[in-house]
Amino acid sequence: MTYIAKPKFHHPGLPKNELGYTHRDYEGKISTLCAGCGHDSITASIIEACYELSIEPHRVAKISGIGCSSKTPDYFLGNSHGFNSVHGRMPSVLTGANLANRDLIYLGVSGDGDSASIGFGQFAHSIRRGVNMTYIVENNGVYGLTKGQFSATADRGSKSKKGVTNTDNAIDLVAIALQLGASFVARSFSGDKTQLVPLIAAAIRHKGASFIDVISPCIAFNNHAGSTKSFDYVREHNDAVNRLDVLTGRDPITVDYAPGTVQMVEQHDGTRLALRKIDADYDANDRLAAMTFLQKHAAKGQVVTGLLYVDPDSEDLHSHLDTVETPLNTLEAKDLCPGAGALEKINASLR
Amino acid sequence: MSVQSPISSVNDFVVRFANVNGSGSASANELFARSILRHGVPVSPRNIFPSNIQGLPTWYEVRVTEADHLGARGGVDLMVAMNPQTWDKDVASIEPGGYLFYDSTKPMPTSKFRADINVIGVPLTAITNSTYTDPRQRQLFKNIIYLGALCALLDMDPKLVEQLIGEQYKGKEKLLSSNVHALHLGRDWALQNLKCPIGLRVKKSDKVGERIFIEGNSAAALGAVYGGATVCAWYPITPSSSVAEAFTSHCKKLRHDPETGKAKYAIVQGEDELASIGIVIGASWNGARAFTATSGPGISLMTEFIGLSYFAEIPAVIMNIQRAGPSTGMPTRTQQCDIIACAYASHGDTKHILLFPEDPAEAFEFAAQSFDLADRLQTMIFLMLDLDIGMNHRLCRPLKWDDARQYDRGKVMTAEMLDEPGRDFGRYLDVDGDGIPYRTYPGTHPTKGSFFTRGTSRDRYARYSEEGAVYADNMQRLVRKFETAQDMVPRPLQANAAKPTKYGVIYFGSTAPAMDEAIGLLEARGHQLDRLRIRAFPFHSSVASFIADHDFVYVVEQNRDGQLRQLIVNENGIDPVRLVPILHYDGTPITARFIANAIGDHQDHLKVTPLRKAVS
Repeated sequence: MTYIAKPKFHHPGLPKNELGYTHRDYEGKISTLCAGCGHDSITASIIEACYELSIEPHRVAKISGIGCSSKTPDYFLGNSHGFNSVHGRMPSVLTGANLANRDLIYLGVSGDGDSASIGFGQFAHSIRRGVNMTYIVENNGVYGLTKGQFSATADRGSKSKKGVTNTDNAIDLVAIALQLGASFVARSFSGDKTQLVPLIAAAIRHKGASFIDVISPCIAFNNHAGSTKSFDYVREHNDAVNRLDVLTGRDPITVDYAPGTVQMVEQHDGTRLALRKIDADYDANDRLAAMTFLQKHAAKGQVVTGLLYVDPDSEDLHSHLDTVETPLNTLEAKDLCPGAGALEKINASLR
Repeated sequence: MSVQSPISSVNDFVVRFANVNGSGSASANELFARSILRHGVPVSPRNIFPSNIQGLPTWYEVRVTEADHLGARGGVDLMVAMNPQTWDKDVASIEPGGYLFYDSTKPMPTSKFRADINVIGVPLTAITNSTYTDPRQRQLFKNIIYLGALCALLDMDPKLVEQLIGEQYKGKEKLLSSNVHALHLGRDWALQNLKCPIGLRVKKSDKVGERIFIEGNSAAALGAVYGGATVCAWYPITPSSSVAEAFTSHCKKLRHDPETGKAKYAIVQGEDELASIGIVIGASWNGARAFTATSGPGISLMTEFIGLSYFAEIPAVIMNIQRAGPSTGMPTRTQQCDIIACAYASHGDTKHILLFPEDPAEAFEFAAQSFDLADRLQTMIFLMLDLDIGMNHRLCRPLKWDDARQYDRGKVMTAEMLDEPGRDFGRYLDVDGDGIPYRTYPGTHPTKGSFFTRGTSRDRYARYSEEGAVYADNMQRLVRKFETAQDMVPRPLQANAAKPTKYGVIYFGSTAPAMDEAIGLLEARGHQLDRLRIRAFPFHSSVASFIADHDFVYVVEQNRDGQLRQLIVNENGIDPVRLVPILHYDGTPITARFIANAIGDHQDHLKVTPLRKAVS
């Protein structure tokens, strides 16, 4: 974590988005993570996605737990409110924040220790409730801040930097998210910005629980031979099921995608996901197929990336609770307090 | 009937029903209590129940008290003994000259009775079985039949009971008529076969007045509605679950948008207490009024988040309905045993605001006020009820609300304020010298007022810092804020004895009605005491003054270790010798008799003439 702000000056020729913001307006403080950390690449992708979507930075609430990944919200969207809560408890804090004001955009940033161990329950329940959020796990399979212990996402048989072999089975957060009813499930790789940026953009636009598991190698403690979360391993075993673009109803976002057929998926806010299919058998609207696909490839030692599942008809927690459209935090006494007259009637009923 | 002189009393006695949990007796017993209220006679009922669903013993006690003694009295004048499992204990608890009401369908050996009590047998099973064939009906209507018999024995007006049954089964004619029929079955049998009335009688009075009859948990939940709470996250735990359930019920009636029908509230049953308080903190951080309700074990689980609330200065409200601990303790028994745990919850140096309502009316007021306090002070507020208030109906003054009252959202900086020339926003700046900084809600301004909330140390501008001086500066400001709170929380209420005295008594919360009665009992023994009812922590300066003004001060509380006394000693630097603990902690509500005996004995001891004076 740092308090070092980036210098304010920037090149006057920096390109601007629809709101007139440059990339610099989406940046935060200087990162104090290790040079080469995959998390910094994810930070850059979040910045890029928000820039491309022309999001007002201050309309985003960025919430995290504890750990290397959870530090990162300080490094993007400097004009947003951030909340570095307690270990593993980001999902509940985000849920509460979302209930208070449904109009903001909620980015939940977590790590594998945060979400797959101490916060596994909160991860699961926020997903099953359909909280409208983009839940990103920066997954390196290791506890970096405490110097190299295995996390619950470390694959069985993988080795730590000290040469210890992990004998526990791994928790696959993507598989769990699919099983729990997440309406947007994706996996990506911090080293594949081309894939990750539109995934984040699509997740932000999606109404409901969006989950992205991003393999993000820990340069200091989990980037060695024997690790299944290292840069080299993931590059060699990455099997991307699709590439996507997000059409906002304005100009398409210009990103370089692999050629292929296009499948349009309408989102609640009017934006459309354009899935460019590179795997002929893959259907991103079939939850059961996605679960099977994931398991089959995992058995082959492949890291499946891309948008694995999206429900175009998804709802969120506010829909389930049938809350008013007005953010609850803006309701005043006149909206909330039934008044003395109603209380008199209640008194009368209690005699 | 026994030869023992029977107790004779009008509108002043205790009836206890001994039942088996799950027998459906609760509604009949509550109907009995309400029926007496309809006679204009105050009652104070208590539900004594086991922490299981079915099969174990349960008791429902109704104190009939024209004198308005709403605390538990102790002792039983009329025992309705419907549970063979607890027969011996139940019979033993009857006051000499009291009455035993039992199902006489099967004869009981005389050894099962006491010579000094009056035995009233009614063949309840026989009457029930001759009328009903359905087993469940037999079970349920047996309860109404004994209620009918009691009507005759206590000279109650059956029309008032019928009226209540009518209200209960409004629109359900079949249930109404069958219940009224059962009531008369019991009453008619008693009138024809027993000497009615007995020495205990209910006579119409006018002592109830405008007062209402409500459980503390329901009143607190209503206070949350009136106080503007929009987010409630909770996890079921006895004895607090009915707070959230009542909040849900109140909101469904009172909080839907008339045009769209949509809810102006959000209630989430969390996966555990940690999630519940996390949701509350997230909602409060984002500007909604939010609360959770829990009990001791829930507080234990929430303490990490409570520390975050304190240090990151996030408003929140916890309603803690205390039960007997430690650990699982006695989940369905009452205590005031979370005082220290809540006052200093979490690691490091923390101090939290506690409010101690005495009855449902104050639970309503304090609950509503707690949201103002939380916003104003930007910290956690604990509303400290206990099972005795929370899960029992109490007679209390009507709930009141001033429509001119506005919510105090505290120091929240708007976009316009942030744009004021020369305005310097720092999340943890003590602008006004009261220790309370300004905050902004997320999304307020495109370029100003955003900050990073964290549990790690930071400077006045919310920038991460581990500088010792910066940390100490922040911790000192939090102390200033706590001192500011002293004048914002409800003040203690003092009542002086009729004659000047050197002795005082401090008490709080659900002890209040028993204390009110105990003062009278002590006066009868010749002991005068000034009293101070503490209503909040931090303690107002008048607490220290009260102690300074008396030679000895008794501190009455319902826990083993004298937790309030510890807190007073710790926070006010009082010599512990001057605070005499009076402690009741067996899980039953404290009684006036207990207080009067404990203080009276101590006072008697003080009055022993020193030996040297006696000799000279």
